[in-house]
Amino acid sequence: MPTTQENWNPGKLEDRHPEVSYEEKERLFLEVKNDPRYEDFLYGCFECGICVSACPSARFYDYSPRVIAQAMAREDIVRVYDIISEDIWNCAQCFSCVRCPRQNNPGGLVTLLREVAVNNGLQETKDVLQGYSRVIYKVMLKGNQVSPDMLQPDFFPDWGPWVGQFSANMPVWRKAIPVDTLRGVTDAAWKTDRKTLLELYTIWFETGNMDIIKEIDEGLYDLLADVMQEELEEG
Amino acid sequence: MTTTVEEILERKSHAVTRDPEQAPTHDIREALFELEAKGEIVVQRVPENHIEVKTKYGRTKKIPVEHTWHHKSCGQCGHIPGYTSSIFWLHRQFGLDYIDPTDQTSCTGWNYYASATSNAVAQAAVMIRNFAAAHETGYFPMIHCGTSYGHYKEIREQLVHHKELRDEVRRVLDKMGKPLVIPEELVHYSEWIHAMRNRFAEKQTVDMSMITATVHPACHYYKIVAEDAIYDPDIYGGQRTATVTGTLQSLGINVADYSTWFDCCGFGFRHVLVERDFTRSFSTLRKIEVMKNEVNPDVTVTHDTGCVTTLDKSQFSAKAHDRKVGIPVLSDAQMAALAMGAHPFRVVQFHWHSTDWRPFLDKLGINWQKYWDEFQGDLELIRSGQKSGITWEDADAPVVYG
Ligand code: SF4
Ligand code: SF4
Repeated sequence: MPTTQENWNPGKLEDRHPEVSYEEKERLFLEVKNDPRYEDFLYGCFECGICVSACPSARFYDYSPRVIAQAMAREDIVRVYDIISEDIWNCAQCFSCVRCPRQNNPGGLVTLLREVAVNNGLQETKDVLQGYSRVIYKVMLKGNQVSPDMLQPDFFPDWGPWVGQFSANMPVWRKAIPVDTLRGVTDAAWKTDRKTLLELYTIWFETGNMDIIKEIDEGLYDLLADVMQEELEEG
Repeated sequence: MTTTVEEILERKSHAVTRDPEQAPTHDIREALFELEAKGEIVVQRVPENHIEVKTKYGRTKKIPVEHTWHHKSCGQCGHIPGYTSSIFWLHRQFGLDYIDPTDQTSCTGWNYYASATSNAVAQAAVMIRNFAAAHETGYFPMIHCGTSYGHYKEIREQLVHHKELRDEVRRVLDKMGKPLVIPEELVHYSEWIHAMRNRFAEKQTVDMSMITATVHPACHYYKIVAEDAIYDPDIYGGQRTATVTGTLQSLGINVADYSTWFDCCGFGFRHVLVERDFTRSFSTLRKIEVMKNEVNPDVTVTHDTGCVTTLDKSQFSAKAHDRKVGIPVLSDAQMAALAMGAHPFRVVQFHWHSTDWRPFLDKLGINWQKYWDEFQGDLELIRSGQKSGITWEDADAPVVYG
């Protein structure tokens, strides 16, 4: 329900997610609070709003790093659930908010909240990350987030005719780069040793990163695990 | 105690002098050496050939001149390769010793900041694997990406503060037979550029004194673990990082200030890939248009991957909406290389930038068409199979503009 002059009642914030039990909300909150990094990121909040004045997302969305710091500090379980299910994906992770006079790191809190949202496979999180799987696939398999072959006009139409010109010329333009590790490479940012990639796959399995992917996108997990396991078995 | 407005104005009227003894934070390097003494980690030392600079609280930071292992940036190498080639070209002009490794992954931090589909142990293990790979070669890591640099600084803090994280990372690294190595300093390439700026100026062949530039300081360079960035009382009174601004001033460029210098570029990590309405609007309305209205620069210069991409690529759609845009975007490395005669296409690779850079080169008196035609000749040879690609042999020699 949108907030209007008639129904505005700051004392009684509506519970936007009554379908989720208080216990479940509390469990998620405690997962964030028990992260060892939490105590480095939140020391209380003056409610001064300095973080908001520096925050790019606050200018663009209905979003506030101050509200996040406050809700966490006050242990407002219901509000934290609203934040974890919606607000966190607005953050640009620029860390302009670390100019906080209380030495808080609201952007860091968002990172922790996002990790918990992903680990618990929240539906809103799955929805947000849906269009993003091919990027995760690339970074986990190639060790590079982006590659030249991602620059396609249908993916970046708003970047203008340059993208079309680039994708038409990509193979030859990539050969015309003097850096040895870049020259001719189109499916990754640079040439990477096979041994290096096997070590990377070991990291993903050993650290539980693959379980995170499974929680958020089982299809993507199957794709990645097949390739990685086969490569690791070959040695 | 009340502070009067007069007192604040007085304090702001002169350069900030920093006393490392009064620094509000601990010196992380001392903590690293303590952990090394306990046998917990290996600290890789900065090579002997280094330059000392001052950081935010007046501490000294050692910037290696050479014998460096280049931790490349996926966004630079993938989408702005002239950024990477300019960094290497500058090293080659001075005959400096470096490694461009293939035993390197990206930090994977872009994905982490975009989707959080990772965790603290995995991110730390990726960092340490790269550092251990550098250590095996004996060369010292130099980090090209601002996000890798910021992310690694943050992870270094976490590793120092949390024993359980160190133990877990050590367990994973053991599987690869690698030790837990942390370099004595985390060095961003733009700090090397800053430290070398006067040597670049000595070799400068292109006059840039007619150029006005704005600087976008990269958030992850100086906002994450802020105390590790370079500051200089002679640049903005030590109130902002000196990196980039100092370099441009050494090249004789007029650096113009604008009101939204502290704002981020709008990259947003996930936004630039899947929610670009935010990215486009923020980067053009809060950065490019403000620069244009306030100082109308010939170029804007920054020192990170995402910032160059965002500020450059977002201008096309803003132009379609008749917004006041049209500022070419370059990195400090590309500016320095251009000033020393790097070929605009073989090295600086202007053709990967989309906002019109031609007026900027015209103003510098560089006949870009001539060099573009020359580059087209290279491409023809590559297309016909007579040449496998452009190599340093083709690109090393500086252009002598007549
Ligand atoms: S990190 Fe997020 S909350 Fe902090 S200033 Fe940037 S966008 Fe705002
Ligand atoms: S800047 Fe810090 S203290 Fe002020 S509102 Fe934001 S989080 Fe709270």
